[in-house]
Parts: sequence; C-alpha cells; structure tokens
Amino acid sequence: MAVSPVSQRPSFSQTFYASLQKLPDGERIQACLQCGACSGVCPFGYLMDYPPSKMISALRAGMFEKVIKTDLVWMCVSCYACTGFCPAKIPLTPGLMTRAKEELLLAGNVPVELQDALQNTQRYGNSMGESPRKRAAWVRPIEPPVRIMSQANRPVDVLWFVGDYASFHPRVQLASQALARVFNALGVDFGILGPEESSDGDSQRLAGERGLFEMLAEKNGRVFQKYRFNEIVTADPHTYNALKNEYPALGISYPVRHYTQYLCEKLDRLQPLLKQEVKARVTYHDPCYLGRANGVYAEPRQLLQSIPGVELVEMSHNTTDSLCCGGGGGGMWLDGYQWEQAHVRLSEWRVREAVSAGADILAVACSYETPRFEDAAKMVQKASRLIVRDIAELLSEALGNGKGDANEHYRSS
Amino acid sequence: MAKVMPMNIIVPVKFVPDLVEELKINDAGLNLDPDWVRLKVNEFDEHAIEEAVLLKERGMGSVTVIALDADCAEDVLYTAAAKGVDRIIKLCGNFGEGVNSHALARLLVPVIQELQPGLILTGVQAHNDLDGPLGPLLAEFLGFPYVGYIAGVSVSDNQATLRKEFPGGLIVEMEVSLPAVLGIQAAEQPPRYVAFSKIRQAAKTTPIGEQSILDVDCSNGPVIGRMYQPESSHRAEMIQGDVNAVAEKLVEILVEAGAI
Amino acid sequence: MKQVIYVLIEHLRGQVSDISYMMLAAAHRIAEETDGSVVAVLLSHNAQELANDLFANRVLYFDHPALADFSPSAYQRVLGDLIYENKPRLVLFGDTTMGVEVAAPLSVRLGLPLVSYCRSIHTQAGALKFTSQICGGKIMAEGDLPGPTALVTMIPGSLKAEQGHSAQPPVVVWATPSSSLDDLPVRFKRYIEPNVSDVDITREPILISVGRGIQNQDNLPIAQELADALGGVICASRPVVDQGWLPTTRLVGKSGKRVKPKIYLALGISGATEHVEAIADSETIIAINTDPEAPIFNLAKYGATVDLFDLIPVLTENVKLAKQAVKV
Repeated sequence: MAVSPVSQRPSFSQTFYASLQKLPDGERIQACLQCGACSGVCPFGYLMDYPPSKMISALRAGMFEKVIKTDLVWMCVSCYACTGFCPAKIPLTPGLMTRAKEELLLAGNVPVELQDALQNTQRYGNSMGESPRKRAAWVRPIEPPVRIMSQANRPVDVLWFVGDYASFHPRVQLASQALARVFNALGVDFGILGPEESSDGDSQRLAGERGLFEMLAEKNGRVFQKYRFNEIVTADPHTYNALKNEYPALGISYPVRHYTQYLCEKLDRLQPLLKQEVKARVTYHDPCYLGRANGVYAEPRQLLQSIPGVELVEMSHNTTDSLCCGGGGGGMWLDGYQWEQAHVRLSEWRVREAVSAGADILAVACSYETPRFEDAAKMVQKASRLIVRDIAELLSEALGNGKGDANEHYRSS
Repeated sequence: MAKVMPMNIIVPVKFVPDLVEELKINDAGLNLDPDWVRLKVNEFDEHAIEEAVLLKERGMGSVTVIALDADCAEDVLYTAAAKGVDRIIKLCGNFGEGVNSHALARLLVPVIQELQPGLILTGVQAHNDLDGPLGPLLAEFLGFPYVGYIAGVSVSDNQATLRKEFPGGLIVEMEVSLPAVLGIQAAEQPPRYVAFSKIRQAAKTTPIGEQSILDVDCSNGPVIGRMYQPESSHRAEMIQGDVNAVAEKLVEILVEAGAI
Repeated sequence: MKQVIYVLIEHLRGQVSDISYMMLAAAHRIAEETDGSVVAVLLSHNAQELANDLFANRVLYFDHPALADFSPSAYQRVLGDLIYENKPRLVLFGDTTMGVEVAAPLSVRLGLPLVSYCRSIHTQAGALKFTSQICGGKIMAEGDLPGPTALVTMIPGSLKAEQGHSAQPPVVVWATPSSSLDDLPVRFKRYIEPNVSDVDITREPILISVGRGIQNQDNLPIAQELADALGGVICASRPVVDQGWLPTTRLVGKSGKRVKPKIYLALGISGATEHVEAIADSETIIAINTDPEAPIFNLAKYGATVDLFDLIPVLTENVKLAKQAVKV
C-alpha cells in the first residue's frame, strides 16, 4: 500500500468524513461500531464492494478514493433499511449513501440511463423527457373537471401535487384518475398545478444531484407562492418526503399529507359511500418513503379495511422491515445497470412474497409501484394472476366507478 | 512523435426546435410559430463539444464555444464551461426574419478569424438545416477544408487524421491539413454528464464574452413558399384488441406472407 | 436551349448507391416536364463500368488517379469547374456522407442557392419547386429553386432506385478535370472494415428491429427469442446501437444499412426519417409502438399500440405453436 504524502491539506477522505458530520445527526457516524447490520439488511449489500459499514471503515482508513472509483454504490436504492436498523442511529441513507453518490456524480461516474433521467429532469421538469405542456393531459376524462390553478383564479382547500409518474406514465395516470374520482365523490375542494408543476426532485436528490434538487425546489416554491391553499396532498411518497422533510430547510414550508392520511381522517364520510364490494384478499406493500422513512403504516391499512369484501393479509416482510421495490434513490433509472450486476429484481422478490401471503391483489400507495410490480408479476410465473392496484383505484372501484382494466374476478380460489 | 503546438479549438453551436414539443406553423404558413417553439442545442453539437473537450484533455489546446443569443444560450454555454470549455462567447443582435445556415456561417467568420483557430468542430447536421449544414458552409467562407460524418480525430503536426463514417459500418481514414472544419457525427465517448451544481458554479465564475453581430445575410438559402405538416396519406392498418388478439392476427399475417 | 440537370453519382468500392439511382429517376421526371436532359456525373479511376446501368441521357465520366477513392477536395474541384463552365439548371447531390461536403462548399464558392433534405422536385407554372422534409420528418417546406443554377441535396422520396436503372448502357463521354488534382487538402488514406464476422442483415428476409422502446440492454434476450422462433435476425435503430447494445453491423438507418426484407417487425421504433428511409423497400413493415402518433405508422403496413413487453412473449409462443402446426 502506498504511503500517503505528508501534507498539511486534509485528504479527500478527511474532507468527506468531516462534511458528513455537518449533516443533521451526522456526528453519530463517529459512533459506528462496525456491527455490519446495515450491510446485512441492505438488499444489494452482498454485491457492493463497499456496503455502508465498509464504506465507513474505508473513510476512517483514509481510503475513500477507492470507493469513488467503483460504481457499485449505484446499487443503493435508498430504501432506508440500513438507516432503520442501525443501532447507533446513524442517518446512513441521507447522511452517507446520498453523499457518496454526490461525489460519484461530481466525478462523472454515472451510468448513462441515470444521466438521461437527470438531464430530462433538468430540461423538462420530469425524468421521462415529456413535454411539460402535457403534464395535465391525464385529467381529460374526469367529471367534474379537475381544477388547474393557473386557470382557476381562486384559492382552494387542497393543492394536489401530482408528481412525474402520476402525470405522465400511462399506468399511473389511471391511479391519478381514480384518486380524482374519490376526491370528487367526497366533494374535496382541490386543484393541481398542471404544467407549472416540476418534479419534486427527491429521487434526483437521493441519486446525488443536490444542485438539481435545489433548483427544482426553488422553482416549485415560486409557483406555490402564487396560489392560496390550506395544505398540500400528494399520492407520491417521494413528494411527501421532499415537501415534509427537505423543502422547509430551503424556506419552503407548507402542511403536507399523503393522500392515505388525508382520506383516513375523512373515513367517517368516505366509508358510507363505499358500497361496491371488492371481494379479494389484499396485501399492502409499505412504500419505503411513506413507511420506514416517515412512519406512516396504519392509515393505508385502515383505508383498505374499510372497503367491503377486502380481507387484509400481511406479507412476511411488512411495516418496518418491508422490502423495497427497487425504485428509490434513482433506482427507477438504473434498472439496466442493476440488472447487469445482480440478475435479480427486488420487485420480483416482493411480488413472490405477495403470492406466498395468499394475496389476490397487491395494494400500493406509491407512484413508482404500479408499473414496477406489474412488470415483475409478468416475469414471475406463479405471480401471473396477481393484480396490482393503487389504494385509490380500489377505493374508486368501491365507490362504484368500475374496475378500469381489472379482470372480472379477483379471487383466484 | 512531433510535438503539437497548443491550438485554438472552436466549437460553434446551433439551436434547433425541440421535437419533444408539439410544433405548429404560423398563420402565414411560412415558418414555425415561435410561441410553440422551444429551442435546444443541436444534439450533434453536443458531440462536437465533447470531442473538443477530449482533445483538450489530451493536451491539444484550448476550447471556445460560440452560440447565438437565445433563451437557452446561457444554459448551454455554462454547461459547456462546466465540462471544461475554456471560453464561451454569445453573439447578440437583431436576428430579423431568422438565421439560416448560410447567415450563421457569415456571422461566425469574423468572430472565428479573430480567435486564430487551429481546428473547428461542429455537429455534422441539424434537423432544420434547410439550406445545408453549418460546417461545410463555414469552412468555405473561411477558406478551410471540411470533412463530415467524423467519429474520431487525432491531431499531429499541422494535420489531423480522421475516421469518417460511411454506410454499413465502414470507416474511411482520411487526412486533412489544418486549420480545418470537421462535422462531428459522434464523439469518441458519449457526451459526459455534468452535475447541476457545477453548472451553477460555472454560471457564477465564467464570464460570457458578448459580441454584437452586424447584418444577417441569408442569401443562397431557399425562400420558403409554404410550410406545413405532412398529412399521413398512408396509415398502417391498426390491429385492435388486447395482446392476445394482436399476437393472433400477427401470426396470420406472417403465415400469409410465407414467413411461417 | 435544353435545361440540363446534373446528377452526381455516388459510388463506394465498385457499387453505385441507391440514392444515385433515385436521383436519376427524379431528374428524368423533371426533364420530362421541362424538356430537359439528364447528365450523370461520374468521378472515378478505371471504373467506367459503373456507368453501365445509369438511366441518363449522357454520362460525363472523369477518370483520374486522384479520383480512385472519394475525397471531397477532389470532387469539389471537378464539380466546381464543371458547374462554372456549363451552368446547368440543377445539380443533384445525395444528402449523404459524400454529397453534402461537395455541394455545400460549392454553394459558397460559386454563390449558388442550396436546398437540403429535398424529397422531390416538381414544376409549377413553369417554375421549378422543391419539397423538403425537415425536423425529423415532422415539417414539410416548399419553395422555388431559383435560376440560373440551383444545388440540391436529396433524401429518398417516393421514387424507387429501380426507376433509375437503365436496361441499355448510356452514352459515356470521357472528360478531364480542368483544375489540377494535386495538393488536395483532404486526402484518402485507407478503408477500415467493419467487423465482418457478424450476420449481413441486408440479406436476411426476416428482421426484428428494436428501438428506444426496448429501454434496456437486458430486454434484448426476449426480442432474440422471438427472432429465433421466427428464424429471423435482430437489428436496431440508432439509439440502441449508440448505447453499444448491438454492434454497428446491426444498425438500420441512414448511417447504417438499407434493408429490403420480406418482413420488418419494428418494436418500439418511432420512425424518424433517418431510420425510415432505410426500410422503405421492405415488403411488409409491422410496427409496434404505444404512441399512436408515431411516424412509423405512416409507413408500416400493419401496426398496433400494445406494449411490446406484453406482446413479445405471447407472440413468441404463438409463433412456435404455428410453426409446429405447419410441420404436422
């Protein structure tokens, strides 16, 4: 091993280690016992040259340059499993893994797929490269029409921040339409930003693009200021996380709830309207950014249990140890890369669990998940009959709005 | 190997309508409706910038990027600076009815001559080049040779060895005396990603040299008598139904065609 | 006086390109409408036989050692002098790796108008008009081709290469370049062959082509399975090859290969001009793309907007079953 030159300037490792400690609760990293729980519970820890605990030991040994040269840090899906299990309560996901990705990004060590998503976000305000003008195209079939703030010229009670995938992805648009129908049935006074909305930027932030995240936050902040509303509601846990935990530090602070929390509060008015039976065994997947990262476990389950005919079953990993779908932290844009390294997909693992739990329907509450799990169900043989639905879609169905694309019968037995 | 004098590598870039957006024709039916056009840098010009930066990293010289003033000009120029481009220049003025490739070439000549170029790289074509691509026109106005469809450049002495792409994957190695203009088809590596924070940093630290342009002279470019969006006179027979129905019909078609 | 239309013949290693024949066909159309004559301009060395099936009133054949392989400098000098001395009404060049760098500098050198991306030329009230296709095929532009001489670079239009072939060899007139062809600033060095150990897609009757819609390299195997089931070969449009997921020998497009298969199954390909012009001679094009507005549907015979990932496994199964049924 080469001897480091004697120098009065701090090494790269030292600078990086010091910067981590400046982040919220970052000084806890000094208390790392090297127990390895993080690397063990990490879904891709076995593939990384430097899973979290090893990364910390490399830092302490002044060898961080080696970490930057590998690209396996991109296997991290920011699922918060490591953070959740660390006995020293080190904020590993935001405080270490994200920062490592930032360094990789600065060094230009970025898989091409991710580059495209980041460049699209910068240019079009969404990772898919769709024209921002079409961001509200999904509202067309909804009656009464969805209010777009720039045309509404009046305050609303709820500003619904829709999000990228919920606006543009054909599968997820169905979930957005379902939620709009539920809001309308309840008489919610809501509006959306439409073309003025930009990506919340949270997944881009977790993928190492802090600068891009701040630009997007500032942009969204300026748009929020134009309008009057009482709270922000979103169907996307990543948006929820950004607005609740990250935007306030940038001076953008509004009350925000996930739609499951919002609807659960109104369950006494919603339940009587749920007249159509949905006869099925349903299992609920806790999204990382609603569950582990923000502690919301009960409300989605309460909503599901309020639907007549639903029998709620739990998968073997649930609530705090729920399995990530693999979409977070840039994972949505690293499928090709992660497949090359791992030859397994986290979403397929999860879908198998759903089938083992005896579920007919896998219920989700995150915009990334309907397409991810449906793709996975196609690839896993025994899951070919598993139906994936956003909770909003099941509620909409229970209101009597029909099944949309669903099959006639949910029950397989 | 003979030592190469550090030379000035110039990359003029062009902005084109972004095809992700819907395009509309103006009321006169003569041009695109500017309210609907969103400009972006020509994709091949990004390859030209990348190739120029690669040459700089090999010690060939310094890079200057030049663009006409437009909404996206600053973003593009600061991004170039963040990638390692040494100097960024914006040409400002009244662009009147529009700037075609001939006009752009004429505008660039005095600016580039002043920079004493050793090598000029530009994207091999742009999708709105109705009067031909910028590269060969610029070359001729400057009195330099031009070679297009370049996918590799190496420089030594006063000449460059080029890999020129022909159809079917065939490459022809050519030699050109410098100074010369090259039309880049593909840089030797895909255009690099640069972190947004670096672009912001460049915006704070890199000055944009502004130069005023004089007249815009579009002569030798065509005058458009009519612009329109093509009616698809032909339309495929669309197979309806779900995946199973489509697959069945396709097998029928394949059997009929003798493929099965 | 008869209006003369020059067509610069492009050839590479003993073969005249399809675009050259298409331009000859186009030139004849114009000549008929204007009482003009078509002159094919051929530059080469010891290769007069290239002129044998050119559909032209006359072939002007310049033979010189410096013209043995393409050099834009040499071509510019020969054509420049020719045009200056004879002032033809039109000069047609291919909008290609050869044509553009001859035509464009001459526009400046001789002060002549230049029109690119031209699909067709027609007459209207005695005036010659161009129709060009720009912005990835989304916009058409029309206008006059001013006299006395206009330069045009052409892309494939509605005319077929066969229409530019002549059954009888044309009249060939040998010519010598007016200027010296020494001291060329751009010089040919050598050819670098593509990797020939791969399949020749231009000879395959069944092609399964993947585009951006395939999304990831790891999705190629399912397309390969379909190709295997059909006895076909995988090829791709530019975005896939650029990523390195398939070698350049599989590239179908303006900068790749022109193909004429029996069946061309386009999966997740939008139909940009550069791709579509290379498949226009296919017998049956079937396009699968979730975007109903994708330009490929303007060329394909059959289309469907189902998700290709849903379709491919089902189609593969059905093909296998159908093949078994045929055997029985």
